[in-house]
Amino acid sequence: MGYNTPFSRINLGQVSNYYKEADLLRRLANNEKAAIETIYKDNYRLIQQLIVSNNGTEDDARDIFQEALIVLYQKARSGTFELNCQVKTYIYSICRRLWLKRLQQNRKFETPVDNFEEIVPVEEDVEAHAKTEKQYGIMRSALGKIGEPCKSLLEAFYIHNKNMTEISAFFGYTNSDNAKNQKYKCLMRLKKLFFAQYKNGN
Amino acid sequence: MDQIALLDATERYLANEMAEQERLMFEELRKTNPEVDQFVVEHLFFMGQLDRYAELKLYRANIYDVHHTLKETGDITELKPRETGSVIQFWNKYRRTIAVAASIAGITSLALWVIFAGLSPRSSRDLEELRRKVNRLEVRTNSQDVQIKDVKRKVDPNATISYGGTGFLIDPRGYLLTSAHVIQNASQLFVQNTKGQDFKATMIFTDKAKDLAVLKIDDEDFKPLGTLPYAFRRTSSDLAEPVFTLGFPKDEIVYGEGYLSALTGLKGDTMSSQITISANPGNSGGPVLNKNGELIGILNARQTSAEGVVFAIKSKYIISTLEELRKSDSSFAKARLQGSSGMRGLDRTKQVEKMSNCVFMVKVID
Repeated sequence: MGYNTPFSRINLGQVSNYYKEADLLRRLANNEKAAIETIYKDNYRLIQQLIVSNNGTEDDARDIFQEALIVLYQKARSGTFELNCQVKTYIYSICRRLWLKRLQQNRKFETPVDNFEEIVPVEEDVEAHAKTEKQYGIMRSALGKIGEPCKSLLEAFYIHNKNMTEISAFFGYTNSDNAKNQKYKCLMRLKKLFFAQYKNGN
Repeated sequence: MDQIALLDATERYLANEMAEQERLMFEELRKTNPEVDQFVVEHLFFMGQLDRYAELKLYRANIYDVHHTLKETGDITELKPRETGSVIQFWNKYRRTIAVAASIAGITSLALWVIFAGLSPRSSRDLEELRRKVNRLEVRTNSQDVQIKDVKRKVDPNATISYGGTGFLIDPRGYLLTSAHVIQNASQLFVQNTKGQDFKATMIFTDKAKDLAVLKIDDEDFKPLGTLPYAFRRTSSDLAEPVFTLGFPKDEIVYGEGYLSALTGLKGDTMSSQITISANPGNSGGPVLNKNGELIGILNARQTSAEGVVFAIKSKYIISTLEELRKSDSSFAKARLQGSSGMRGLDRTKQVEKMSNCVFMVKVID
């Protein structure tokens, strides 16, 4: 038994894996495509199997996996991801929870979802995710309702960080005061639409 | 402090762009004026929401991109159903029953198809060109109505207008574009504007392969328009882009709304694109515009086997055809295709109002 030291080797492996995953999550939080790609390649097949063998379709697998990627992104951004479990385990657990929820909503199948991986508790994250999804939906619908040119004007200023001179030139306002005036009106309309729905829902 | 100035100050305050003195004053204002404070707090929260929305939107777009790339490279493939899957078991068990049921269904539908094919004259064709057959009765009632308003009608009310379609100006001096099939076999052509006024027109060009025709209004009563409100889109359009059209499926102008549902036409025809919109005979030759008022195509046919599936010749091919025509026809040489739309940012009712002066009913007498 003396010729190899399995424990130290496993520990070394775990340590390097720990740094790898920490780096992966950091890059994911920065919205790097390559990080998304790595996670996709490492996990998609497993989730596909989970969903398809539990009354789901290929499209369901894609939807659930992409939703889990959004949960992971939020988690990575908030910095609360504790690397005491692997990213793989986390994604699997989220997908399983999301899929169970979907099945229950449809009330089609009462059979429990087959389990072929270890899972970690994710209930809180899934609930937090449902809340941000809702806020996302409210903002999207508010932006959809204010119409053009308001939508483009606000996006140019607040999302793409264009300055007022550029905006005046692009939208054809005679001076930046006019553009400011228009921006003010648009923003107030957007806020009104957003808060009307936001307060309703909470 | 007026509201615009307050917003401006709040934004500079939150972005840390205020000088020390100003910042202190603003903070004092927040303490003494709860409305200002409320405004700042609300604004901060709202901007947080907007930032989060923008970030997530970008992230989602990245996820979709990655999914598509990996699918193309073959890193993601669809799972084959498991051998022991319940559907397979079901299939093995009931194979013979299913085969019998399927063949009965097949025979029945074949028989029904034969019956329907025999009954309906058009069903063997996939495409129906959207020119409108006008029957005599309709023309009579219509011309009587209009006679009261307009005594000098040019179209002889007793003449048979056999087909109708839509056309639109491509040059303010009276050059119209329509579909070639609308005006085929025409001995006389008239175009009618939305006010019900008729103008005599002549055909100066037709391309049956592209289903395009150019008409010129030859009538002293026609007054050239200033500039056309719409532009020709030179690049290709995006899938799912919302579009609208104006046309004459009846004796009045009709507005229709839809979206670009495929970048190719019937059976992958690259010259046209597929649009989901409600169109009827008479819509042929109608302009298809996007939300910025850019012309992206001209309606010419619909699929007979499906509801709401309509095809339009892409603007790219319209442009190339017209450029050719400009070189070969000296009268058309001065025609200019507008490059930028004057309807960008307008709401739809305003856009349609501007457009409707440029859309004409094409009447064909054969």
